Amino acid sequence: MAKKKLSRKARENLIGYSFIGIWIIGFVVFMLYPLFTSLVYSLSNVQITGTGIIVTFHGFQNFKNIFQIEEGFNFTEALVNFVFKELIFQLPIILVFSILIAMLLNQKLKGRGFFRTVFFLPVIIASGPVIKELISQGAGGTNIFETYGFIAVIEDTLNPMLAEPIVKIFSEIIIIFWFSGVQILIFLAGLQKIDRQVYEAARVDGAGAWQSFWKITLPALMNLVFVNAIYTIVLLATFSENKVIVNIKSNMFNFRTGYGMASAMAWIYSLSVLLIIGLLGLFARILSRRRRRGY
Amino acid sequence: MLTKARKALKNKQIYKKAKTFLFGNNVKSGVLYKVIIYLLLAAIGFIYLYPVLYMLSNSFKSPSDIINPMVNWIPTAFYFGNYQRAFRVLNYFPTLGKSLLVTLVPALLQTAITSVIGYGFARFDFKFKKPLFVIVLLTFIIPPQAYMIPRYVMFFEMKLLENPLAIILPSLFGQGLNSAIFILIFYQFFRMIPRHLLEAAEIDGAGTYYIFFRMAVPLSAPAYITSFLFSLVWYWNETYISSLFLGTAFPNLQIALANFVSQYQQMYQSDAIKLNEGIRLAATLLIILPMLIVYFALQRWFVEGIERTGITGE
Repeated sequence: MAKKKLSRKARENLIGYSFIGIWIIGFVVFMLYPLFTSLVYSLSNVQITGTGIIVTFHGFQNFKNIFQIEEGFNFTEALVNFVFKELIFQLPIILVFSILIAMLLNQKLKGRGFFRTVFFLPVIIASGPVIKELISQGAGGTNIFETYGFIAVIEDTLNPMLAEPIVKIFSEIIIIFWFSGVQILIFLAGLQKIDRQVYEAARVDGAGAWQSFWKITLPALMNLVFVNAIYTIVLLATFSENKVIVNIKSNMFNFRTGYGMASAMAWIYSLSVLLIIGLLGLFARILSRRRRRGY
Repeated sequence: MLTKARKALKNKQIYKKAKTFLFGNNVKSGVLYKVIIYLLLAAIGFIYLYPVLYMLSNSFKSPSDIINPMVNWIPTAFYFGNYQRAFRVLNYFPTLGKSLLVTLVPALLQTAITSVIGYGFARFDFKFKKPLFVIVLLTFIIPPQAYMIPRYVMFFEMKLLENPLAIILPSLFGQGLNSAIFILIFYQFFRMIPRHLLEAAEIDGAGTYYIFFRMAVPLSAPAYITSFLFSLVWYWNETYISSLFLGTAFPNLQIALANFVSQYQQMYQSDAIKLNEGIRLAATLLIILPMLIVYFALQRWFVEGIERTGITGE
């Protein structure tokens, strides 16, 4: 009659799942099932009718179309521009800027709290429409750099291939800096964990500030550089004014492309982003292995 | 001869003292060094805040001030006309209400639910815990585009489009905006609570859920506050999902700003004052104002929260 008492192990399983069960349900309903469905969509012709949605399988036609019709060309162009004209420049700018600011804020200063508040402020206000509005009013950097003739100098001296992305970066440089709010604080937290005595010992041994940075600070921050790099990539890749995202969204409601081709594009985009993060992970791994071997 | 040597020595000492004063030594940094750091921070800080200052300055300029090249930072008179117009075009208070509905509710739900999930991962050893936790973290890097279209279709079939539930429901199941980060924050935080403390309560006969609600939750108030604030801000600034699921039929403030130009032209078609940057920037400022107030009231919880939650990893 008595219910057999569950073993300790089984009980712990039960309790554990009672806490995370809701996540599993949510993951299946809102993530796994949609991921699978979007894979099906990308291989199908999806038509929306008054009564519902008709999905007819037609193989890789959507993927082929990306290289055949105009909407597809626009998408690939947006994707290539995002990776090679934006991400590749913006990622290092954001990482270097946030390390620099974190190091400045790590000094013993009066008003440290004030500056910390200033540098985190953009996280509070940087939404897609707000940033779009600011850039369109020239407040993203154009105003400053144009008055000093800086942009004209770049356009005159460099060849157009290189000048175009660089001018674009300078006209939005402040906004690019604005993506570093969270990363600055993460680096700052990392810097505060480094024992100051290590720096003092290095100084006694004759190391300058420059050497201390490369031999002590940077290696100690390396893991956080990786974390922040991933965070930055995700931030830039999901930013709602990102041209690729805008492009995919507009193709959803374009009758020539529809959900099917938009899904195919979404998959190409997602895999590209994951590939970039994967390459970064591989790079970080090689780097840490070399460091451990003592090169 | 002797006095000369003494003098030279004294000079040398003064020089050394001055040098320490300016450039610092091994123990503390000098004044010149500090001045340079301050100047650097002030200069970068100014450029950094330039868009905000520009926005503030121009939103108070009258139409004649805007086209007057002599008026630079400070308008000749504080002009509130821009704000009046922006306020009306945005339909501010009703739109703000909608914004709060799709911001506050999911932020509260997300904080509560992710804390439960984080506690589960931090405290219990169950089967497949490790792979499940890896999947939780992986969800952060999967671009939303990969699953948004079917989610859209799903909500369409459930008749939940243009309904705040489309934003709220995923947060109820731990699948809200950046949920993975919050699960990680709570995971880290709950693991910092000494285990023997909770085990002692268990020996005293307290149940699992009692321990969670009566001990772990109160002990983790800072993690709750920080998570809620970040969730709030992220939901406030999110526009991809809200413009897809809510659209112009249920416009929140961000969507209203995105459609500001066409809305303005519709409302003030035959007006003498054409849409200018002053009005647009006033509208932009009105959008960020609620979060600015929250930030300046509670900024400590934002900037210190990141360290305190131990997200930088041990």
